[in-house]
Order: sequence, then C-alpha cells, then structure tokens
Amino acid sequence: MNGAGHILEGRNLQVVRGGNQVLDIRALRVDEGEILSLIGPNGAGKSTLLHTLAGLVGLDRGELFFRGERVSSGSSAFPYRRKLSMVFQEPLLFDTTVYENVASGLKIRGESRAEIQRRVAENLERFGIDSLRHRSARKISGGEAQRVALARALAIGPEILFLDEPFSSLDLPTRESLIEDLEWILRQTGTTAVFATHDRMEALRLSDRLAVMNEGRILQIGPPPEVMNQPVDEFVASFVGVETILVGRVVKKDGGSFVADIMGQEVEAVGEMKLGESVVFCIRPENVTLAVLPFKGAMSARNVFTGRITKVVPLGLYYKVQLYCGFPLIAYVTRHSLENLSLEEGKEVVASFKATSIHVIKKGKPFEISP
Amino acid sequence: MDLIFEGIWKALVLLVTLDPEVFQITLLSLQVSGTATFISLFLGVSGGTLVALTEFPGRKLVVSLVNTGMGLPPVVVGLFVTIFLWRNGPLGFLGILYTPAAMIAAQAIIATPIVMGISLAAIQALPKNLRLQILALGATRLQMVWILVKEAKLPLLAGVMAGFGGVISEVGASIMVGGNIKGYSRVLTTATVMETSRGNFDVAIALGIILLLLAYLINLALTHIQQRERPR
Repeated sequence: MNGAGHILEGRNLQVVRGGNQVLDIRALRVDEGEILSLIGPNGAGKSTLLHTLAGLVGLDRGELFFRGERVSSGSSAFPYRRKLSMVFQEPLLFDTTVYENVASGLKIRGESRAEIQRRVAENLERFGIDSLRHRSARKISGGEAQRVALARALAIGPEILFLDEPFSSLDLPTRESLIEDLEWILRQTGTTAVFATHDRMEALRLSDRLAVMNEGRILQIGPPPEVMNQPVDEFVASFVGVETILVGRVVKKDGGSFVADIMGQEVEAVGEMKLGESVVFCIRPENVTLAVLPFKGAMSARNVFTGRITKVVPLGLYYKVQLYCGFPLIAYVTRHSLENLSLEEGKEVVASFKATSIHVIKKGKPFEISP
Repeated sequence: MDLIFEGIWKALVLLVTLDPEVFQITLLSLQVSGTATFISLFLGVSGGTLVALTEFPGRKLVVSLVNTGMGLPPVVVGLFVTIFLWRNGPLGFLGILYTPAAMIAAQAIIATPIVMGISLAAIQALPKNLRLQILALGATRLQMVWILVKEAKLPLLAGVMAGFGGVISEVGASIMVGGNIKGYSRVLTTATVMETSRGNFDVAIALGIILLLLAYLINLALTHIQQRERPR
C-alpha cells in the first residue's frame, strides 16, 4: 500500500473545532521530492491541514503515515517532528541574532558545535543573508526576516518542509526574489515541500501538483495545467482563474459535439452529452478573441457573438474586457490590441471562442425538455 | 518650611555618613523584599506560564483570581498571615510571628500574584504560532516551554520588578507580622511610619528618599524594557 515514492500519506484526516468540521480529507499523498501546493481562500483549511500533516495538531479521526510508518498523534509525534520543518506567514524569529536563529533547530537537537557552524554557514550563504549573521533579529527587514526563517527551517536538513503562506506579507519584488531562491534550493536539495497559499500565481509557479481546497476538503488535486484547464466544479474554476462560468442545457447533439442553450444563445462545445442535460461551461479569458465591426474574413471558431463592452479593467500587463453578448463574457487583451481595436465601454464588438477551448462540467441530473 | 529644609539637610547627612541604623534598616528591607520576590519569581513565573499554556475548565476563573490577587491589600494579607502564625494558629508551631521570616512569607504572598499575572500576560502576548514554530523546529514540550520563557524574558523581568516594587513599599503586612522591632524586623516603610509619628522627620525623610530612589530605579528599568520591540 505504501509503495515507494510516497513520503507522506494521510487517510481520512478529520479535525473538529468548536463543533465545526474544519478538516475532512479522504486521502492525500505527498510524493518524495515533489512540491505540492495547497490553494484556496482564507479559512479553506490549508493551515489546519499543514499543521495536521506536520504533527502539530491532533487528529480527531484518521491516520498519518510517514514513509509507511504510522505517525502517532499529539505529543508522541515527537520523533516525526524531528524530521520536518515548517515556515509560517510570520517569520516568528527568536529575540537573538540571525546566526542564533538559524542555529536554533540544530541546538534543539543537541548537534555538535562544529556541525552547527557548518550548517548555519551553509544556509546563511544559500539565502544570501551571510552579512546579517551578527545582526539582531529585531533589526532586519520583513524580507530578510523571512529569509532567516527559511534558512532556520532548512538548516536542520528536513525530509519534508511545510510552508504556510510564507510570502503573503512581503512586497512583490521581495516575494519574487525569495520564491526564485527557494525554488532553486528546494530543487537542488530535492526537498519535499507542501506549500499553502491563496495566490494561484505563486502556486502555479512553484508546484508539481496543485490541490484546491475549500471548507476543509480537497476539491481537486493534480498537475497545474490539468487543474487550470479542467476544473472539476465551479468553485475550482473560479479559483484557478476561469472568468466566465455559464450554466446551460444541452439542446442539440451531433457526434462528438453538442450545443447548449445559455440564456437564449446557442453555444457549441465538445463532448458526449444527453439532450436536456445541465452543463457548466468554463471559458478562460485568454481563449476569447475580440474583433471590431465590420467583421471581415472567416473565423475558425464556431462560437461567434456580437456584444457590447460593459467595462474595461486594467490588470497591469493586460486588460480585462467585460462584455455582454446575450450572456456575460470576459476576455483578456493586451494593451496593443486594446489600442488597435480602440476598445472602450459601450463599443460593439465580435467575440469568438473555439468549441474546443470550453471546459465542460456535467451537472448530472438531466431533466426533461418540455415538449 | 524650615522644618522641611532642615529635615532634608539632616536626611542627606544621614545618608552621606552612612548612618548605621539607616544602613541596617535599608539592608534588611532589601533582604526581606528580595527574598520574597525570589520566591514569587519561582511560583509566579511557573504558575503564570502553566496557566498561559494549558487549557482547562475554569481557566477564566483562575485568570480573574490571579488578576484580583495582583491588587491584594497588604493589610488583609498581614491579617491572615498573623492569624495563621498566631500561637494557637494552624502554623503557630513554627514560632516565626514577629520575625523577618514572617515578613518574607507575607511579602511573597503579596508579590506572587503580581509576578504570576504579568507572566501569564507575557506568555500569552507571544505570537500565537510561536509555540507551533518551536515544536516544528523539533523541540520537546519542555524545550518549547523553556524557549517561550526565554522569549518572554523581558516582560517576565518586568513582572518580577513590579513584584519587588510592590513589596518593598508596602507597610501594612510588614508591621503586622514583623512588629517593627528595632534592629530585628524594622524595615524602611515601618521605620518611616514610626519616625514620622514620633516627629523625627529627618530620619523619616532620609528613609523616604531611599524608598523613592529604589522606586525610581525600578521604574527606569521597567520603562527601558517596555520600550524594546519584539522581533518580526
């Protein structure tokens, strides 16, 4: 059952707090050497899951296995706790020097002086904070403090590292450089990591696998492209950046494709469906193409709709264009296209997207079409 | 006005010439209050840490009792310690009423809730996740508690100093259980009361200056501690 490749496995992990079930995970496996990201909104249970996996919080039900061996709950998880490390959102440094902070995990383990010196030096170097070694933890910046926290966590050479939103209180440039360094260090050392974040870009960037959580459950887990492009439900879809989520009913079918009625408009998508079945269409904003009237030339996409722009929102590198073409639709365009097509509120445009670019979620429960 | 200036002048003379009686009284004060604070340090810091780190039914009641205890009126403590140590009292066999030992006991009872209340607050004021962070660094429960106490050392020190400040300046309990016996159980506060009632203002002022000086030094150190920040 616990074959090679799994470093950590949780079965039926349940935590109840104040009468509320805050964690309910049927099964979770962490592979050796992988970076697994947990994403979800605040309160989704990411931190609780991390604390549970790290043996810091007792389970109300369920079992945890580390390298095939059962981890006992609560204070007897001590031998397991010596093999892991955890970094929190706050650096939580001790009131001493940077050097002593990085050394603290090693001192707790009673390592020899020489070993401590060697490992601390190595990790100060790795995280580029060697020049801070004699500084007080009180006198460094937020980004530096988080580097110290990471160096402290890695100094003990953990077999698995848990990261609980370690970058979310940092400014963007600081965060960027720290993510880059951390990823390099994790890959180089082959450290397994479980990383909680509410920022999907961070998760996409770092992870081998992505788990989307809500209300204490894992809704979907898989490689990032799979989760991004084939979300299992509307919650996951909206969380991984699908801007347009439409509910409709299958009205025609033809071989491998079908047409659904969405607020009175006919939209074509690919898949085997039954007539009358209820479906959810997920349309990623980057898959929607905009053109201006008069519309010339052939269009390879089957779904072409004329609509009016309701709003243009700048998002930094690109613009989010909201339009209404019988149903609401959202497209991302570059600044170049925005200017070329002179897109603005109230303008009439032609929106198109391929039938194959729509991710279809079956709602099940087909209902009768009234004659 | 002459009375005051003359009093201050004579007081300074007494202080500068290290008057043996004033010196002896000050020393005893420091010994009694120091020992009492030392006892309260152990009881208060460990008790406060224990209450701060454990969850049990009635915890809120305990916390409110400790906080009430921080303002325990010294005369009430003096009254009960006297009753307990009275010849026929439950601890009368010890025969320590009207000795410095009885004063130490009474002052420790006054200081312990102060130290305990501040310790409790100090440990609770540490970041919520710090405990988990220490455990995640591989610490045993005992190592965790020790590290937390070390992290809170400055506010804990503040608690101890507040305890010391409370007992060195109290007079009610000391006079009741110590008896203000000359050369034996006479401390700064009890001596000040007596000298004032006798009209020996010079000696009373000299003792008062020493008390003020001690209070100032304690508060200087407290202010210094409170102005420090926690690391990120």
